[in-house]
Amino acid sequence: MMGDVLLTIRDLKIEGRAGEDWLPIINGVDLTLHKGEVLGLIGESGAGKSTLGLAAMGFARDGCRISGGEINFDGIDLRKASERRKRALRGQRIAYVAQSAAASFNPAHKLIDQYCEVPVLAGIKRSKAEAEAIELYRKMQLPEPGDIGFRYPHQVSGGQLQRAMTAMAMACHPDLIIFDEPTTALDVTTQIEVLAAIRDIVREYNTAAIYITHDLAVVAQMADRIKILLRGDEIEEADTRAMLAAPRADYTKSLWAVRSFARPEQPPASGTPVVSIRNVTAGYGKIDILHDVSFDIHAGRTVAVVGESGSGKSTVARVMTGLLPPRRGEIVFGGQTLPPDYRARSRDQLRQCQMIYQMADTALNPKLRLREIIGRPAQMYLGLKGAKLRARVRELLDLIEMEPDSFIDRLPGELSGGQKQRIGIARALAAEPELIICDEVTSALDQIVQEGILKLLDRLQSDLGLAYMFITHDLATVRAIADDVVVMQKGRIVEQGPKAQLFAPPHEPYTELLLSSVPEMDPDWLTRRLRGRRGAG
Amino acid sequence: MNAVLVMIAQRLALGVLTLFVVSVVIFGATELLPGDLASALLGQTATPETLAALRTQLGLNDPAPVRYWAWLTGVMQGDFGTSLATRRPIADMLSARLGNTIFLALYAAAIAVPLSLILGVLAALWRNSLFDRVANAGALSAISFPEFFVAYILIFLLAQSGFFPSMVRISPAMGLGDKLYVTFLPALTLTLVVTAHMMRMTRAAIINLLASPYIEMARLKGVSPLRIVLRHALPNALAPIINVIAINLAYLITGVVVVEVVFVYPGLGQLMVDSVAKRDIAVVQAIALIFASAYVLLNLTADVLSTLTNPRLMRRK
Amino acid sequence: MAVLVFLAVAIAASIPLAYGFRMALMRAAPHHMAAPARDMPLTAAFGLLVILLYVIVAAFAPVLAPFPERAVVGVQFQPWDGTHLLGTDRLGRDMLSRLIYGARNTVGIAFATTALAFIVGSLLGIWAALRGGWLDQVLSRFVDALMAIPSLIFALLLLTIFGTSVTNLILVIAAVDATRVYRIARSVAQGVVVMDYIEAARLRGEGNWYLIRHEILPNALAPLVAEFGLRFCFVFLTISSLSFLGLGIQPPMADWGSMVRDNATLITFGNVTPLLPAGAIALLTVAVNFVVDWQLYRASGLKEQG
Repeated sequence: MMGDVLLTIRDLKIEGRAGEDWLPIINGVDLTLHKGEVLGLIGESGAGKSTLGLAAMGFARDGCRISGGEINFDGIDLRKASERRKRALRGQRIAYVAQSAAASFNPAHKLIDQYCEVPVLAGIKRSKAEAEAIELYRKMQLPEPGDIGFRYPHQVSGGQLQRAMTAMAMACHPDLIIFDEPTTALDVTTQIEVLAAIRDIVREYNTAAIYITHDLAVVAQMADRIKILLRGDEIEEADTRAMLAAPRADYTKSLWAVRSFARPEQPPASGTPVVSIRNVTAGYGKIDILHDVSFDIHAGRTVAVVGESGSGKSTVARVMTGLLPPRRGEIVFGGQTLPPDYRARSRDQLRQCQMIYQMADTALNPKLRLREIIGRPAQMYLGLKGAKLRARVRELLDLIEMEPDSFIDRLPGELSGGQKQRIGIARALAAEPELIICDEVTSALDQIVQEGILKLLDRLQSDLGLAYMFITHDLATVRAIADDVVVMQKGRIVEQGPKAQLFAPPHEPYTELLLSSVPEMDPDWLTRRLRGRRGAG
Repeated sequence: MNAVLVMIAQRLALGVLTLFVVSVVIFGATELLPGDLASALLGQTATPETLAALRTQLGLNDPAPVRYWAWLTGVMQGDFGTSLATRRPIADMLSARLGNTIFLALYAAAIAVPLSLILGVLAALWRNSLFDRVANAGALSAISFPEFFVAYILIFLLAQSGFFPSMVRISPAMGLGDKLYVTFLPALTLTLVVTAHMMRMTRAAIINLLASPYIEMARLKGVSPLRIVLRHALPNALAPIINVIAINLAYLITGVVVVEVVFVYPGLGQLMVDSVAKRDIAVVQAIALIFASAYVLLNLTADVLSTLTNPRLMRRK
Repeated sequence: MAVLVFLAVAIAASIPLAYGFRMALMRAAPHHMAAPARDMPLTAAFGLLVILLYVIVAAFAPVLAPFPERAVVGVQFQPWDGTHLLGTDRLGRDMLSRLIYGARNTVGIAFATTALAFIVGSLLGIWAALRGGWLDQVLSRFVDALMAIPSLIFALLLLTIFGTSVTNLILVIAAVDATRVYRIARSVAQGVVVMDYIEAARLRGEGNWYLIRHEILPNALAPLVAEFGLRFCFVFLTISSLSFLGLGIQPPMADWGSMVRDNATLITFGNVTPLLPAGAIALLTVAVNFVVDWQLYRASGLKEQG
């Protein structure tokens, strides 16, 4: 069933410019791809997977250079080929689908004009190319396939753009397509449709593909083989089923193990809640974002607020912190109704509820040292000074498992992403709060780092009896850490209850859709889901 | 389309409002005078009688809004009042000079705009090349030179040896060729200064644009470099380029004042400088209003044009 | 032709000078400053060297100048000779001495003006960005209205009203320039204010003054310093232009702009002396621009790596 070899890469080395120096990005990677085969490239940020994918087109981004090795596409040496020769290949025999279709479509031209550009350059008649475009749009399950091409990119939604870009890549029936994280920016319920469309079209045209992603469950659906990269080195490569069943390298095993963490089941909540959100309706200008939202959070428990973009889950946090006073409803904290605006709250009311942010980069002042960042809340709320304050900062650093002596005088810029997020946690702890709001705190991190943060938060909760409100779009995180779950859609609560109850059927239709859209590691998952849905529909 | 019309109407209304505010500021500035205009004009030696006489003559006894209204309605009908120094109608003093200044500014713009766009695009395309570095260092130096330095260097190089006149004498009877010849040096001075600014801004705008993902996408589609620039970059570059041109045409307004003085060019700028020295506030106000209006209108035009070239605004969802 | 040769010689001579200065800086710089000194382009090294020279000349003007600033020491327009190295001016004052004193007067006044414009403009701009709401709206619309008038034209209008004296000049130019500084400071501060760490500090209950001093200023400083360089160049050129027009720094104070104006007639006789003060203005502006360019490049480069 495997065709002839289409692409071979041998001992490829790529470097990136850092000031006057060149630093290695890819250090000698081999790759073989057969006709009609899909290879999944997996790696965390900085693994060099996009760079490798682009190199398969003989392309290096500005500031990067291919410094060694061979790239051979169907008998053509791409390292020696002239620019003109490579241009003739690109778009016609090797195509590319970018992560952000919204940014990668030219805002000045209609979708179909951008589709037709390559076919017309390749000598196909414009009318024929347009007819094919419409046919492809139909196959990609785009709504109104006959008209959608005549719109401008900003008039089309993100999931549709991503499919239109895949259609554009298919225009000349290329032998190879590079998919560079095509669904990473999409919501889960949109992602599943795009994944299905991509897989069907690639199979139908028997196109070979390199599918780049950081998401194991996604690649399990798409790829025949998987190659794992870590900081520019290959870790291992195997057939998808073999790799999923029995990973060999330690790094791969640790990637697989990430999904196994789960907080032990807690007894049901009792007593008065730490905080109650009561009938909150809130919004900006004339538009209401939240409609009559109510739920409780109890001490020592984690409430996960789950929803896709536009569900209003982050707005709940803004109302609770007092950044957005609600139109109706109230926030009751420890039996006491809080003033709606944070400026009217007392220092102690502010102290009780702390926040950890999604982007640790923008949540820490880059010009302050860690001792000031962590020390300030302790100084302000608890009046600690001098030696006592120093001791407290060291204690907090110990608590988040960072060595005080080597970190206390550093700036945030000298830390890794996971370490920055830990400092965000320490700053929240310094106020000795009762509730911590975690706003997508792990979604900007690599999976192994996410795991560490979740375990740390879990331990702190057990030790300090904290209440957490966890805002997330990721159901895997919910499974790992939540006690109670609140499912939100378009500003309303769809369903809420203890985790076990919520994850067991019967579900509300939206919860069902959400749960069934999260990819699983099983390579047959997508096929099964689609069969189930199409059967039901 | 309707949304765009509404937007353009809003911009135009805002432009008219800005013009109104500018006229208030220019008129109101005289109200900041420590005493009043009459005592400023006559100095400390003036007797109360002469002061009172002058106040009546200038209409200073009326409240400020009344005087503003009289001034504004006059200006609308082309009547700028009389000069305090020469007692001549200001409109007569301005008419010939306004044409001269516009001629000089257009002359410089006609050379500078195409030249700087070409240089800027080339520097962006060949960035970090020798051409780019030399062009950049040259532009940076030219920006750093005061206009009169550039002017005198040109006089030293080209006028002293008799190629071009260092003083511009023009008369209405002159043919276009002669006019272009005698005003060559002031136009060249303005061109050099403005080109440097405009080239740097064009280069920055184009580089910014070439870094966008859709340009990378076009390269990955195998589109040729020329087609990338013409079809993928240029339609999106129009708005920034229009803005660059507007900013620099507006800059000509400032540059023209100094250049006119150096070359003794009979334009508005020179008249303004003379009037400032004589503290002829009525003339200064009139010229400031003309320059400021030109500046506001230029920015307004650029604003409207860049709205019209933006597909996101032109075609709503 | 002679000018081109002179330019070539000047550029050729400044390259080793800049190179040597960079070497010296690398040696003298403390450990943590050594890396930026090493990566400094030659243009920036040259710029720093020139700025340093101007500062020295301005500080030690009375020591360095062979003759007093305002004394008539010869006949008018004397040629260059042993006593008067650069000849004398229209009134018979020593050209070199006035050039040296000019460094003190022209640069000093421009610096004071820029500093004043910066303090007023950036404090108001940061305050407006932090407070937002009606205060921001009122201030910003007011500044927009003032900025609708070209700055030189507005300065000329104000100078007509208040008269030309050094104090008026500083106040007028500072007021006009403060509007530009306000714009920039506000937009820089707005970039900082949207950061989550500002939200965190606000939710902690910090006051405005703490926010400005500890959270905003440290992060706005780098772009504002670069902007200070650019504004200085602009103010310096504006003041020189006004002086050249006879509306800025007034005689008998030695000043580069008015020195060009007073002696301009010499140029038509092929004498380069009046170009020297103009060249002195240009050289300093080029130097500052070179340093600012390097700083801006460094700021953008650091951002890409982070």
